[in-house]
Amino acid sequence: MTQTRTEILVGIFVLVGVICLAYLAVRLGKLELLGNQGYVVYADFASVAGLKLGDPVEIAGVKVGKVESIGLADDSARLGLRVEDRIKLQEDVIASIRARGLIGDKFVLISPGASDRLLGSGGKIRDTESPPDINELIGKLVGGDLAPKSAQK
Amino acid sequence: MLLFLSRIGRYTLSHLAAMGRMFLFLLSALALSFRPPAKIRLILYHIKTIGVDSLSVVVLSGFFTGMVMGFQGYYSLRKFNAESWLGSATALGLLRELGPVLSAFMVTGRTGSAMAAELGTMRATEQIDALYSMAINPIKYLVSPRIIASLIAMPLLTAIFDVVGIYGAYLVGVGLLGVSSGSYFSGMESSVVFHDVYSGLIKSVSFGLIITWVCCYKGFHAPPMATGVSQATTESVVLSFVFILVWDYFLTAIML
Repeated sequence: MTQTRTEILVGIFVLVGVICLAYLAVRLGKLELLGNQGYVVYADFASVAGLKLGDPVEIAGVKVGKVESIGLADDSARLGLRVEDRIKLQEDVIASIRARGLIGDKFVLISPGASDRLLGSGGKIRDTESPPDINELIGKLVGGDLAPKSAQK
Repeated sequence: MLLFLSRIGRYTLSHLAAMGRMFLFLLSALALSFRPPAKIRLILYHIKTIGVDSLSVVVLSGFFTGMVMGFQGYYSLRKFNAESWLGSATALGLLRELGPVLSAFMVTGRTGSAMAAELGTMRATEQIDALYSMAINPIKYLVSPRIIASLIAMPLLTAIFDVVGIYGAYLVGVGLLGVSSGSYFSGMESSVVFHDVYSGLIKSVSFGLIITWVCCYKGFHAPPMATGVSQATTESVVLSFVFILVWDYFLTAIML
């Protein structure tokens, strides 16, 4: 009887512990148990300064994927974005890197396009916008030539 | 002069020998742990004494640690108007540092001291010698199941501590101080990566090994008398605490 009681107690303990462990690993650690879901599209940027692996990819503020790879291709930065399967990206979507607040985390914003053709796995987003360089902006602001320069670009 | 030199030499040698004995004890206990037959019933019993019996104190201390972190985190983050980072600050602190270390302290106090006292008493009442005379290896019978049990139980206890602490901080931050519930969890989820969870678990597993190793060694080699048992218990707790903190520093430096 005492043996079975020990077993039951240990069973409860292990179960609770494993549930907590799974909660931490999957919910917080974002451990992917089912392998990689979704598909990858690529996008070239002039600069991806401040972006980290795993940062979110959003459409209209809703998270639809994450940054999977950051590499270099022909002097520009190439991002691999893993996007959920249910999200269909048109060929002419625009990817831009934005920041939440002045010092906030960076994320990739995808603005929907209008084309009939969709991007498949391994497709490439052609229209990209690099993040505004805060230091450069401040320099321009101090120099007083913010408006004309940004209008020219 | 010669006497002085020999005294220094004797002191150094005796300490070196003690360290060596301790290390050999660990090696033989580890080697015997992974050699069949595994004593499932004994391991189960020790998971109960290490894990289940420490559960209440771990949950209680985790809850209050989390609540204190909620207050303190709020106090320092409010200065930067960054209350929304409370979740991430609490979760990182708990997962990486406080969870493994504090739950290891709790287990040392709750179970490690009991281990040292139990083995010390067995030594004093010649039960360990009796095991030898029955051709049972006392390290295999007494120490190995405890080591395996602590390797299983410690990470689970740490995970429970972390989760309870996170919800304790949630209670204070969101319920009492008015941080928004959404920003608490989204801040937490965006800043915690798997490496944080993983490094905390590595820590807790190694702390589990340290606790059983130190406490069993001290109990096993306790002087066979009543004061010897009390001395072994005290030494095992103090030494475990010191080892845990020192080892924690090195692990943090390596895994940062």
